[in-house]
Amino acid sequence: MNKEAAVYRRKKLLKYLLIHAVIITVVVVCVYPLLRILSISIRPGDRVISTDLSLIPSGADFAAYLRLLKDTMFLRWLWNSLIITVVTSFIGVSLASTAAYAFSRFKFPGKKSGMILLLSTQMIPAGMLILPLFLMIMKLGLMNTYLGMIIAYSVSSLPFSIWILKGYYDTIPRSLEEAALVDGTSQIGAFYRIILPLSTPALSIAFLFNFTTAWNEYLVARVVLFSAKQYTWTLGLFELQGQYITQWGMFAAGSMLVTVPVLMVFLYSSKWLLSGLTLGSVKG
Amino acid sequence: MADVKFLKVTKKFNENVILNGVSVEIKDHEFVVIVGPSGCGKTTLLRMLAGLEEITAGDIHIDNILVNNIHPSKRQIAMVFQDYALYPHMTVEENMSFALRLMKMDKREISARVHEAAAILQLTKLLKRMPKQLSGGQRQRVAIGRAIVRKPKVFLFDEPLSNLDAKLREEMRVEIAKLYQRLNATIIYVTHDQVEAMTLAGRIVVMNHGIIQQTGTPIEVYRKPDNLFVAGFIGSPTMNFLHGKLSAEGEKLFLKNDSLTLYIPPFLLADGARNAGREVVLGIRPDDVLVGSGTRENCSEKIEGVLEVSELLGHRENLYIKAGENRVLATVEAFFNQSPGSKVSVRFNYRNMHVFDKKTQQRINN
Repeated sequence: MNKEAAVYRRKKLLKYLLIHAVIITVVVVCVYPLLRILSISIRPGDRVISTDLSLIPSGADFAAYLRLLKDTMFLRWLWNSLIITVVTSFIGVSLASTAAYAFSRFKFPGKKSGMILLLSTQMIPAGMLILPLFLMIMKLGLMNTYLGMIIAYSVSSLPFSIWILKGYYDTIPRSLEEAALVDGTSQIGAFYRIILPLSTPALSIAFLFNFTTAWNEYLVARVVLFSAKQYTWTLGLFELQGQYITQWGMFAAGSMLVTVPVLMVFLYSSKWLLSGLTLGSVKG
Repeated sequence: MADVKFLKVTKKFNENVILNGVSVEIKDHEFVVIVGPSGCGKTTLLRMLAGLEEITAGDIHIDNILVNNIHPSKRQIAMVFQDYALYPHMTVEENMSFALRLMKMDKREISARVHEAAAILQLTKLLKRMPKQLSGGQRQRVAIGRAIVRKPKVFLFDEPLSNLDAKLREEMRVEIAKLYQRLNATIIYVTHDQVEAMTLAGRIVVMNHGIIQQTGTPIEVYRKPDNLFVAGFIGSPTMNFLHGKLSAEGEKLFLKNDSLTLYIPPFLLADGARNAGREVVLGIRPDDVLVGSGTRENCSEKIEGVLEVSELLGHRENLYIKAGENRVLATVEAFFNQSPGSKVSVRFNYRNMHVFDKKTQQRINN
């Protein structure tokens, strides 16, 4: 008996070690590049291209950060990105939340083919859409504007958000809305008062998706924006890359700074990501 | 409170007819139970009354107002759903007050109504809880509370007890009966459970295949089922059916099948000769099958059979008896003390016997 118990304990320990080895490897793979960028961003200017592997280099300073903020339009780029991203995310999520509700709850001609059409847009590589997008935005006279970018981003992330939200709405029992209808709400009222508050996990996922895609986007921005004042940070950072010299220190410092908003949004929304909110509403 | 009228109400999904010209009138303060097997259209009928389902044809009136095209919220009804449908992001109190808040009722009035309903349903201590922190029975009470606070014209219950376990179901059944006595409201209650129907209803509406089979008080429906379906559906254990042909011998009428000849007295079926040759089904409730020796008034001759299985239920015992090709279930006082395989004799009580035409399935005796 004791022997069996010992074998069992050893097996359990081995499993535990194995799982942790995998987890630690994954964490290192993910975090190491970030640490390297951090290390490059705080290196003194004369040692940017050094082979030194220490994370905090000797003579570390924040000169690259200061130069980035003082000598370039980095803050302006960050602001541009922030406006475009936040507005895109809100527009994307609000349009998707109502569209997905229609797809989830109502019967109408073209419902099924509509969903497939939405999905199929996601199969087309972004690069192929650049030219038509460029033409459309130009015809609309929205080149080099926030609005042009916001429209381009919202449109491209809508299908995914609609799919995510529709899938979630489908899991919410209809009887909740019916109860709300009997209780005195309109259909729209039932949506806003019952369905939407219950959908925060899916809404946060859609919001995060919209946010990160718009925040990191480069290709569309490259086509639509052409004056440095209107640049998003992705374009701005590339400004630091010259033909003969690239400001790696500033580049790294910029890269570190742009992670902050995404990190904040993730940390903030994690509490909304908890699902299981519908538990207990109906018979489980 | 109000009366409710269904006039030739029809519901079709594509070509499928769910309800076929249902007409029924429910009076003010009446407790009507609509009962029938799954898919008989009873829930659809209730949902149409609530305004949650389109009406293909026909009219529905609440308090003499045609409500066909009136939004659910304007029909002054309250509904208790089968799955409770409590709003999971609201506390019990918020759930119960939701409709009142939508009406923009005075806050003190809301609080008074919620607390009154909570007191009736023993929910006072649970008002601050979320639905997920409640047991099934408590959730069901909250769902009922949500309906009570609105003081609606009509209460609709859609199989409210079917998700509860047997013991809780019994308790809630009594609670609902008490509640009805207290509220004296018009209640329409849908269930597939004939025990609920028998115990709660002032009047039962039995439905099958989208058609009303019979309407009447529980005892009428039990004692005088209009057709074979009602006879088989109402009553537990189910009624025994003996198939056969009526034949006349002189003045006397008999039911005959391969292994049985049973005298049919004139008080059961008058006009004996006229019915001769008719294929019929005799219905006898298990309580009206007498087992053992001894005679009683208005009983048939002895029929010999073999005991196949006996089920002890406590104070009663179910005996499954085979008499020739006929199988009969008898419910007798415990303990019968006979082992399976032993010979038994049975008699049928003519006074509670039902005769149905095999073809039309309709009742032909009085």
